[in-house]
Amino acid sequence: MTGNGWKEIGFGAGLVVLAAFVPLVSDGYWLSIAVTAMMYIALATAWTLFSGPTHYVSLATGAFFGIGGYLVATGMSDFDISFWVMAAVAPLVSVVLAALVGAATLRLSGIYFVIFTLGLAEMIRGLVSWVQNNFLGSRGLYVLTDLTEAHIYWMLLAIAAVVYLIGWLIERSRLGFAMKIIGNDEGVAKHLGINTAAAKVALFMITGYFTALVGVVIAPRYSYIEPNLVFSPELSFLVVIMALLGGTQRLWGPIVGVIPFTLIWETISVSFPNATTLYLGLSFLLIVYFIPNGFVGLVEKLVKRRQG
Amino acid sequence: MSSGLHGPGLSLLSNKLIEMDILVSGLLLGGTYALVAMGLNLQYGVARIMNLASGEMLVLGALAAFWLFTTAQLSPVLTMIMVAPLAFIGNWLIYQLLLRPLVRRAKNQGQLEVDSILATFGMSFALVGIMVAIHGEYFTYSYLANPFEILGTTVALNRFVAFVVALIIGAALVLWLNFTRPGTAVRAVSVNTEAARLVGINVPRMSALSFALGGAVTAAGGTLISTFITLDASVGVIFTMKALIIVIMGGVGDMRGSIIAAVLLGLVETAVATLIDPGLTLVSAYLIFLGILLFRPQGLFGKRTT
Repeated sequence: MTGNGWKEIGFGAGLVVLAAFVPLVSDGYWLSIAVTAMMYIALATAWTLFSGPTHYVSLATGAFFGIGGYLVATGMSDFDISFWVMAAVAPLVSVVLAALVGAATLRLSGIYFVIFTLGLAEMIRGLVSWVQNNFLGSRGLYVLTDLTEAHIYWMLLAIAAVVYLIGWLIERSRLGFAMKIIGNDEGVAKHLGINTAAAKVALFMITGYFTALVGVVIAPRYSYIEPNLVFSPELSFLVVIMALLGGTQRLWGPIVGVIPFTLIWETISVSFPNATTLYLGLSFLLIVYFIPNGFVGLVEKLVKRRQG
Repeated sequence: MSSGLHGPGLSLLSNKLIEMDILVSGLLLGGTYALVAMGLNLQYGVARIMNLASGEMLVLGALAAFWLFTTAQLSPVLTMIMVAPLAFIGNWLIYQLLLRPLVRRAKNQGQLEVDSILATFGMSFALVGIMVAIHGEYFTYSYLANPFEILGTTVALNRFVAFVVALIIGAALVLWLNFTRPGTAVRAVSVNTEAARLVGINVPRMSALSFALGGAVTAAGGTLISTFITLDASVGVIFTMKALIIVIMGGVGDMRGSIIAAVLLGLVETAVATLIDPGLTLVSAYLIFLGILLFRPQGLFGKRTT
């Protein structure tokens, strides 16, 4: 273990403690922004866990998130199961989905994976709506709990911290080492005897678990859930942008992207609600053409130039 | 299907009618899908750009048809004749200005794939944003919505006209690809970029040409589809998805495969929509996609490579 690794984890722990005070010093509007930002931090970190090392653009966030939110809602409303039981079950369903999607697509080239995940949220939404309308009856799905915005914020912070810690541990494990080789050259990895598909699927399942968990935790905030609301394709794209904007070479990169993007996104949503899609598109183009390695890459380049 | 009210003979007859309905509607829908998939296949199979803004190009064609029909009563078929060259120029410019730099910058195919995916996502959202600003509601208009008898079933005339026009364009494209020098050059680039370069084909030029042509075909398909399906500014991604599934099912670069796959998808979707629920068409497309990925990832007619 290098000293750098411990310094990183110490710095991270300090940030978590600092972030935990946010609900104590803010309320109303700013707390709601903080919850949103923390949700995206958790989602983008979970996304980077898989897509950072593999370079596979995953658009499955909306599907995993939706499974979390929807299962909690239907479990509580249609089957009278408690929030906490559903919180334990829903992410596991998402893991199974991730395993299936991964097994079907990750042994092939990356393009199949992107395409498959592109319509995944929309497809599951269609399926779920059909099941809901034909077999469960549509009484409306309520998630009524005693959780406040501050509770949700702390839970999201805990998820983000755990995801980060897991990423940190993976980076120092055999799996992390394998992922680094796969990311550099998959052919080399195969020749070394690494089961590349299995490694990728394993990582994707971890991402699936935590993405769904975020969906579970945020569900009480909406209190009324509809499939259209939680299976949101837009969410998948937002997470990709935020992660890329921050930079995916470091696991902490997404955090740097989430905060400015969320602030601008909220401002645009309030003042020019019709311009959000255009903003999304321009952000993608900005990233591809001007900051391909995100803010982290930009800063590292500047530091290197100053040193060199 | 319940047959409680009818005798067995009658229900057999109505079953047969439904089957015929599905067959004809599915075939007509598949024909227009084929055109859109051929457009995407030109862009991905030849220019090697996975264009995820393909559906938006289609919707742009539909928007033009809707707009000119409601303001000037212009027939969508005429609009299509105007839209195609404009889309050609537009897509040529997109390739030269936005995508060519990515091709040059990419160190390998994987890098180019990620970059072009992200760039075309950007274009797709930007186009949706612009179209929402132009017309944020459904593109509703009624063109040739009269019943039309064919093969013993009744379909809307606009579906039939769209199918016939798609057939003409598709046939022209296939003939051009197979029997002209530039068409042959395009196919050569699709098979092997390096070898094409060695025999003196200007690969960047042919890639730009294919990308532009693919965009023109897709936009033309959009004007046709808008005559019988009501679209809106944000529906493009569904068509991108379907076109991608068709291209993969038929085999990348394989036009014949695309046509057959499109007809298959059209039939399956129509069957699912009629017999089970219209909300499940995407689910059925996904099941087909999953089957292809599991059993024939190289496409229906492709040869397995390492």
